[in-house]
Amino acid sequence: MVKKEAVKPIGGPPSDVEHIKINSNYLRGALVETLNNPITGGLPEDENRLLKFHGSYMQDDRDLRNERERQKLEPAFQFMLRIVAPGGVATPAQWLVIDELAHKYGNGTLRVTTRQAFQMHGVLKWNLKKTIKTINDTLLTTLAACGDVNRNVMSNPNPYQSEVHGEVYDWARKLSDHLAPRTKAYHEIWLDGEKVVDTQATGAEVEPIYGPVYLPRKFKIALAVPPSNDVDVFSQDLGFIAILEEGRLIGFNVTVGGGMGMTHGDTSTYPQLGRVIGFCRPEQIVDLAEKTVTIQRDYGNRSVRKNARFKYTIDRHGLEWFVDELHERLGWQLEAAREFHFDHNGDRYGWVKGSNGKWNLTLYVQSGRIHDQEGYALMTGLREIAKLHTGDFRLTPNQNVTIANIPNAKKRKVVELVEKYGLTDGQHFSALRRSSMSCVALPTCGLAMAEAERYMPSLIDKLELVIDEAGLRDKEIIIRMTGCPNGCARPALGEISFIGKSPGKYNMYMGAGFTGDRLNKIYKENIGEQEIIGTLTPILHRYAKEREQGEHFGDFVIRAGYVTATTSGTNFHN
Amino acid sequence: MLQLQVTNSPFNESQIELLNRLLPTLTEAQRNWISGYFSAISTAAAQVPATVLPLAAAPQAPQAPEAAAAPSQPVSREVTVLFGSQTGNCQRLAASLSRRLEEQGFQVTVSAMNQFKTNGLKKVENLLILASTHGEGEPPDNAKAFHEFLYSKRAPQLESLRFSVLALGDTSYEFFCQTGKDFDQRLEELGAQRLSPRVDCDLDYDEQVAEWVQNVIQALNGRLDAPEIAAEAVVAAEDTGIQESAYTRNNPFRAEVLENLNLNGRGSDRETRHLELSLEGSGLAFEPGDSLGVYPENHPELVGAIIQAMGWNADEPVPLNKKGEEGPLHEALSHHYEITVLTKPLLEQAAPLSSNGKLSELLAPERQQELKDYIQGRDLLDLIQDFGPWQVSARSFVTILRKLPARLYSISSSNKANPDEVHFTVRAVRYQAHGRERFGVCSVHCAERVQAGDTLPIYIQQNPNFKLPANPAAPVIMIGPGTGVAPFRSFLEEREELGADGKTWLFYGDRHFVTDFLYQTDWQRMLKEGVLTKLDVAFSRDTEEKVYVQHRILEKSKELYEWLQAGAHIYVCGDEKHMAHDVHAALVTVIQEEGGMSPEEASAYLENLQQAQRYQRDVY
Repeated sequence: MVKKEAVKPIGGPPSDVEHIKINSNYLRGALVETLNNPITGGLPEDENRLLKFHGSYMQDDRDLRNERERQKLEPAFQFMLRIVAPGGVATPAQWLVIDELAHKYGNGTLRVTTRQAFQMHGVLKWNLKKTIKTINDTLLTTLAACGDVNRNVMSNPNPYQSEVHGEVYDWARKLSDHLAPRTKAYHEIWLDGEKVVDTQATGAEVEPIYGPVYLPRKFKIALAVPPSNDVDVFSQDLGFIAILEEGRLIGFNVTVGGGMGMTHGDTSTYPQLGRVIGFCRPEQIVDLAEKTVTIQRDYGNRSVRKNARFKYTIDRHGLEWFVDELHERLGWQLEAAREFHFDHNGDRYGWVKGSNGKWNLTLYVQSGRIHDQEGYALMTGLREIAKLHTGDFRLTPNQNVTIANIPNAKKRKVVELVEKYGLTDGQHFSALRRSSMSCVALPTCGLAMAEAERYMPSLIDKLELVIDEAGLRDKEIIIRMTGCPNGCARPALGEISFIGKSPGKYNMYMGAGFTGDRLNKIYKENIGEQEIIGTLTPILHRYAKEREQGEHFGDFVIRAGYVTATTSGTNFHN
Repeated sequence: MLQLQVTNSPFNESQIELLNRLLPTLTEAQRNWISGYFSAISTAAAQVPATVLPLAAAPQAPQAPEAAAAPSQPVSREVTVLFGSQTGNCQRLAASLSRRLEEQGFQVTVSAMNQFKTNGLKKVENLLILASTHGEGEPPDNAKAFHEFLYSKRAPQLESLRFSVLALGDTSYEFFCQTGKDFDQRLEELGAQRLSPRVDCDLDYDEQVAEWVQNVIQALNGRLDAPEIAAEAVVAAEDTGIQESAYTRNNPFRAEVLENLNLNGRGSDRETRHLELSLEGSGLAFEPGDSLGVYPENHPELVGAIIQAMGWNADEPVPLNKKGEEGPLHEALSHHYEITVLTKPLLEQAAPLSSNGKLSELLAPERQQELKDYIQGRDLLDLIQDFGPWQVSARSFVTILRKLPARLYSISSSNKANPDEVHFTVRAVRYQAHGRERFGVCSVHCAERVQAGDTLPIYIQQNPNFKLPANPAAPVIMIGPGTGVAPFRSFLEEREELGADGKTWLFYGDRHFVTDFLYQTDWQRMLKEGVLTKLDVAFSRDTEEKVYVQHRILEKSKELYEWLQAGAHIYVCGDEKHMAHDVHAALVTVIQEEGGMSPEEASAYLENLQQAQRYQRDVY
């Protein structure tokens, strides 16, 4: 049986989710029975919570919710499946399988997530098992794509420094593998694995890192390679900044305690940036990550979920306490942090030749949504490219797609397909649009309070008129939108951000650092489109006129006094 | 003296016990006295209640004057009325006929065919049969066994039997009134003599029924001067005998529509409407299993096209019915006459009105198959367009049309659970045929032209052959894919309202789970609350291999048989052509396999269930 001391709630009784986890027998619960219940296309709440650990959320088409209720039909339940892809890397063969599944069982589209994972929507309960099994057959998994565990490990898709990318990506994989849950539940439920008859093993034996209740909350790791901070390393629970010497990877600076999510109207919740605590050698990072995870496992808040992220654990006990605790668990000490410099956190679009002599093409993908539109057959185009591609695909942290490692001989063929299907590197779009990011939100996300993916393009259409008038078409301004404050599109790091409050209404934030090194601050509360345009128009015009050489929009709005700089998540609300 | 038993007499156990004790002790004088006593009562009293049944198996009273009477003379005053009824029409008419006969001083035994003991047939002297025809010329469920018996070798010679048949049917079907015709022909073959000729009735049967009743009574009385019976009298008797309300088939209630919604989710290729109507002030009441008669309106586009094609004036006054009422042509075609179905009699009457000889040619006897093919799926507009030019006024043309019949729908609510309301479920019928989009008259009327606040002319049609078990503890198995599920919503609401504790099991199926799961949240609630014990579903288009309810039945064969052995009642509602046959076959298989029976034994098991009213169907 489970040892009682495995649950260590801080300041209060364990939350409901803690009970679900501990009673789930390592993520089994009643998943098999409820998945097989033919009377509903949904799952009970407890099983839905557990399903997340298996990489899926139950959702419903919220556009139809009221209508269906009147029709005496349950909500149009469907499942989102997230596929783990460390560093966003997938082979052409894997791409083709995912593409086919999206058409066969999903809604015919794919989505690149802000954590470089694949997401497919609209899978019916009866098709979940077939879909997950096929994904596994192609050597990918959905396990731990969601849930209170380590999530998809991000790494810079770096098409320039091919060798460094290879090395950093290897570490991303190792971290991902090492921190994956060990429960056999996933195999039993989805892969027809043999059922473990009697779980006599103790928590430490089944889940040596997580134990029987897993983490208090999700845990996020990314590896950045300067000068690009595309992974938004400071937004992560645990970040690694690659340090290179003469083009060779010598180790990583370590950042801890970042995170985006918050709750509207609750100032005990806030976004926070990770802080650099030192430097370690590459071969030390797996050990370091494991010990960091166990500290959060033991000290994270298991009573109040909205205060359960690692950032609050760090802020509650202090950075110094954490470093001491970490050193003690590691049995070795971090070295002093090394110098590093970030230029930007956006993607570099278009054709780039890597240091290995092969070509890479980064395509612009609006909001990460891969589908076919009139005259722009992105999904078909990528499928056709995958059929002949010998390199790999990389999903970028900004929800774009890089076709990587194209040999010279294949380049012409890829160019032809890009032209044939109307794919684009986004050069004809404004820099604002290319620097935009939004979460899925309505109609499928259960948390959304307002539109994001469906609305962002039309808002940018309107802002582009202002941008063009002001002469800012080629100026990169990081603009982000989410339908709720949970932070999927990392909105606290937008130079301009919108976080949904209610249909058509957003809180507007400004002043984040261009390289992802400073949080933004609220500027207007609960405003609609007209007020958004009305508010931004004079600021953008003034920025166009008064900005200093190389001054980014996020810096300008602070200098101009629109908002004060947020220096830590703890003063985000001030 | 014959020992009376439940099986050879109309008495129940306790009556038989008393009679068997009494009869052997009687002297001859006492027996004559009793015999005379009953005869006197039956001939004298016009108001003999239907429950006083003649002693069919008892020795004939020697002094009964009818006993040896010759034909054309009043003979036996005993009349047996047997009905074969699916939706309840024949049953109601049989009840009404019986009352009328009793008023005339006859002793009447009225019974469903499957409740009639065939070994008593030989002793029956006057037999009146009322039978509807189902599907492709098949007898209704409760007439099947009797039909089979008459056509079997066991059927006795019936020289002393006098009979007459009333057949209900629909001229738009190929095997019009086939079951009635079968009985009529077979009884003749067995040597029986007709009291009066068989009458075949179309949908609008009131006048023909009245005529048949009059003929039958005249024949039974052995004279030709029976008072003429007005159609209204028969029909009124039919209606008022059934329900308290003043609103009937011939006097429908205009019920306000409270709700009209599509039960199919977006993306479905089907449209199934759920309508809730107010019965407030109507006095109408119903039981689960009953049907709702709805008088529709014809599609305005079709009405307009017909008037235009004929070059008529839409406002021209024409007869609305045979009673002499008149109204504008467009109203007549919208509300009073059937214009969507062609029948052979209609074509025969139309032929002389067409200047185009082709219609008469089509009606030639050797072109029967061609005629059948032509009629199939065509409507009045086709007839008009295909066989013009026409030289006929609207006034005379409408008189050859059939009266627009009401459509019957299974009621999907419980009167007890929703007093003053009635819900029904109707799937919109739309299809392409002969180059034009066709619409189901009532279903599309409900789907497209009826909104909350509008009214619909309705009446309640009882269906005594589709009733919940009287015992609330009896398990109930309900098989109703598609709109066939409607009455089971009523069943379950009723059981919930009554707090019945019998187990319930529903089999449901349609095309797609996401969009076509009719009343899904109702079932989910009932399952949660225990009103519904089990629910098995089959969605045929969600999987590569099509699955239907019969597959689920076979999958659950062991449990289903256990339920049957525990006294479960089975109900099947929905499509007759495929579903009901497949389900029946699946049930036979279940009984055969789980009960270790031969196919014949399994069929007999089901027949017994049917006989015991534990296997009831409302199929169409």
